[in-house]
Amino acid sequence: MSTLSPSVAWVRDEEAPRLPPPPNMTGIAGWIGANMFPNWYNGVLSVLFLLFIAMVVGNLIDWALLKAVFVADDRTACVASPEGACWAYVRAKFAQWIYGFYPIDQRWRVNLAFLLGIGGLIPMLIPRIPYKRETVLYLLFIFPIATLILLTGGHFQFSAASWISVLVSLLIFAAIMLALSFGAGLLARGAALRIVGIVAAVVIAIMIILSVDFGLNPVETSQWGGLLVTLVVAITGIVASLPLGILLALGRRSDMPAVRVFSVVFIEVWRGVPLITVLFMASVMLPLFLPAGVNFDKLLRCLIGVALFSSAYMAEVVRGGLQAIPKGQYEAANALGLTYWQSMGLIILPQALKIVIPGIVNNFISLFKDTTLVSIIGLFDLLGIVQSGFQDPKWASPQTGASGYFAAAVLFWMFCFLMSRYSMFMERRLTTTHRR
Amino acid sequence: MANIDVKQDPAVSNEPAIDITGMNKWYGDFHVLRDINLSVYRGERIVICGPSGSGKSTLIRCINRLEQHQSGRIVVDGIELTDDVKKIDEIRREVGMVFQHFNLFPHLTVLENCALAPIWVRKMPKAEAERAAMKYLQRVKIPEQAAKYPGQLSGGQQQRVAIARSLCMNPKIMLFDEPTSALDPEMIKEVLEVMVDLAQSGMTMLCVTHEMGFARQVANRVIFMDQGQIVEQNSPQLFFSNPKSERTKLFLSQILH
Repeated sequence: MSTLSPSVAWVRDEEAPRLPPPPNMTGIAGWIGANMFPNWYNGVLSVLFLLFIAMVVGNLIDWALLKAVFVADDRTACVASPEGACWAYVRAKFAQWIYGFYPIDQRWRVNLAFLLGIGGLIPMLIPRIPYKRETVLYLLFIFPIATLILLTGGHFQFSAASWISVLVSLLIFAAIMLALSFGAGLLARGAALRIVGIVAAVVIAIMIILSVDFGLNPVETSQWGGLLVTLVVAITGIVASLPLGILLALGRRSDMPAVRVFSVVFIEVWRGVPLITVLFMASVMLPLFLPAGVNFDKLLRCLIGVALFSSAYMAEVVRGGLQAIPKGQYEAANALGLTYWQSMGLIILPQALKIVIPGIVNNFISLFKDTTLVSIIGLFDLLGIVQSGFQDPKWASPQTGASGYFAAAVLFWMFCFLMSRYSMFMERRLTTTHRR
Repeated sequence: MANIDVKQDPAVSNEPAIDITGMNKWYGDFHVLRDINLSVYRGERIVICGPSGSGKSTLIRCINRLEQHQSGRIVVDGIELTDDVKKIDEIRREVGMVFQHFNLFPHLTVLENCALAPIWVRKMPKAEAERAAMKYLQRVKIPEQAAKYPGQLSGGQQQRVAIARSLCMNPKIMLFDEPTSALDPEMIKEVLEVMVDLAQSGMTMLCVTHEMGFARQVANRVIFMDQGQIVEQNSPQLFFSNPKSERTKLFLSQILH
């Protein structure tokens, strides 16, 4: 080893002092200096942009607040103020936006359904509240059935043909499950039999409950509309697409060729078709393929179409998450002796779904907004009913359309923003990978 | 392959825990494992070494069916490995495995990682499984980390949790796949200590490792693999002092300085 020259060898004999950061790193002035005026051209851009924002916001305040008409019985006041929003129109039509053409004396049923939903959602969404499993069961079974009965009036008269088709579907389902368990060994035999039994019992029980007469006046789905239809379509799509999407994603990565091919074909077909086509098919063509006597409600057909369509999208999002999980996780789960469903349910999916929360919520939000497309098959969703109100001669004024669209946009934005915020909250909460 | 007289050890029984005969495996056209014959007796501690790509990891991963072999027989604990999912699960319940990269479940706490398999595979009540898990965490000397997530632990701690997680299933055989290769040098010792402790308790162990000190200290057989074949096996003393094959000599000269 060579000796260092005395000028290089050095020992620190006093601690370097710990100083506060320089002032331009802290405080509001520091932030503005660093972010808005770091040099002259960024300073000019900042000023121009601030002026632009001030102009837009000023005009918006002018239109939405200062020159707006808040209270009026008809168009007169709104026509008199052609540069301000006509909020009186929004107020007059608001109930219709929520309930559509639902009979006014029956609107309590819609309100009750909303309450039942909120009553389930709140304990579901707040992590601190216990009884999550019960809440999920309530939201997945009791709430939809109660809502269906409340909104339609229940007392369904199932024809012999519908009973037969339900029984045939159950038999097909049972055959698939038994093939998966006895043939492919994907499921324990006991579990397969139990699943078939539970599904059959639940389906038949639901059909019996639905045919009970609760003494409610029947309300045709053609009378539904507005936010009610938007929420029914969006929530059904959201609730159905997640489990279906997960199954399809697992199917696409399955070792069994038949399962994999089915999943790939299903996903690619539904994903390759525009939603408008799906809705047209559901409303116009599906009835042609069904046996005579089996007649689905138009809204129900549209719900099925939306659910299958969005599950194809969801499947690809979930698949992305599954592929992000390192192979070692699958191997560790296998090496511990966990079965396929245990390792998926306990190890892989919790991690995969957490990774793709942004993608899942992205799908939810786009699905929520895509519900506006149902208006092309004659269902009045929120946007559809807002538009239909423009024809009302009682409220025709220069700003009626703009006010209506603006209010509808705010309503849509509120729902989507809530979903987005909640997903960010969940992402943060589920983070366990914080390194030391 | 001729039977080699391994070191006589009262802890080793004559009953084979693993019996591999004429086993071959291919990755596509590539013949990764060639004519593997290996009997592991209960209580034996075997160290498998060899250059990278020699098939040592693949060999022990065949034992719990993380990899499939294409010909020959593998009998583990009296059960032959076939495509039968039930038998594979049965074997996996009895064979623990520790991986190079730990493979802890990052979304579960240390305690949940350990108690998961006993609860779901052995159908043990949760409280009992957690009590057992604490016992094994104690044994690997990190009971105080039970409530933390794996991401909060050092590599050595994670690997010790991984060992505890395997032990919670009460396995008859433990497989170690380069358990110290991904660790920083100062953490290797704490993991090896746990493994030595386990070896001294009489566990049947198959360990792919380059820790020759560990091999000398606890192994009663060292197996050297090269290019998918078992080239040499012997007791550690003879293996290190008097290697027979040229390939073994070359390998040892490269890893022992």
